[in-house]
Amino acid sequence: MQTRRDVFQAIADPTRRGIIELIAGQSLNLNAIAEKFDVSRPAISQHIKILTECGLIVIKKQGRERFCEAKLQQLNEVSAWAEQYRRLWADKFEALDQLLIQMQSKKKKTTRKK
Amino acid sequence: MTTTTKNATSIKAEPGKQEVFITREFDAPRELVFKAFTDPKLVVQWLGPRDLTMKIEKFEPKAGGSYRYIHARGEHSYGFHGVVHESTFPERIIQTFEFEGLPEKGHVALETARFEELPGGRTKLITQSVFQSVADRDGMMQSGMERGVNDSHERLDELFAKGAVK
Repeated sequence: MQTRRDVFQAIADPTRRGIIELIAGQSLNLNAIAEKFDVSRPAISQHIKILTECGLIVIKKQGRERFCEAKLQQLNEVSAWAEQYRRLWADKFEALDQLLIQMQSKKKKTTRKK
Repeated sequence: MTTTTKNATSIKAEPGKQEVFITREFDAPRELVFKAFTDPKLVVQWLGPRDLTMKIEKFEPKAGGSYRYIHARGEHSYGFHGVVHESTFPERIIQTFEFEGLPEKGHVALETARFEELPGGRTKLITQSVFQSVADRDGMMQSGMERGVNDSHERLDELFAKGAVK
């Protein structure tokens, strides 16, 4: 199951890193991007879809053309290590969520007995 | 594909500063969240990374008390210890923190955890860690990297499978 959509997911793949670098300077349409890579067009579309979902690309329509514009603020704001550290704690806290659910259901049971 | 109701963990670590803030909300009253932070039997259930075994050697959550715990995997173990400055139920814990795996001793952080009451029996946790230098802070944040990321996917998948994350 793939539900991760963040900067890390965005830059995890070399083709996606290539796409970001390519359009960082100028917005390009899908064909122009696809030409630069040795992968299929559907594959490029999929990468662009992921980058859009991660918030690193915005698609802008100009007439019949759809241009991909890079939104790089996220990369500047969230440096890699800060995001990893955040995830470390997010992970612990998700375990804590589970524990709190257990604690609350136990509490209800004991209150009922009384 | 979205996990909108999941409580987000936010980190604030401004460049060039010696502190880190971690903020997180929980769907439980703060008395309970506080308990999960101060009862060693509960702490072992969430504080350790999944691929490591967490062993608590000492845990005295009261002013003047101290703690030491070890995260272990095979031959490798990582020790952490500190002293408790204040533990005020159910609102605040202040303690020191030192990772024993650093090349030299004496790099200690001061940690403050605040538990704020939110409407609807919820809690907001704000932790602040103040390090001795910017390098210490950045080093600590980086040290968690390898261990933290590996298992986070697995654990998430499991939570989704259980239906715990809606």
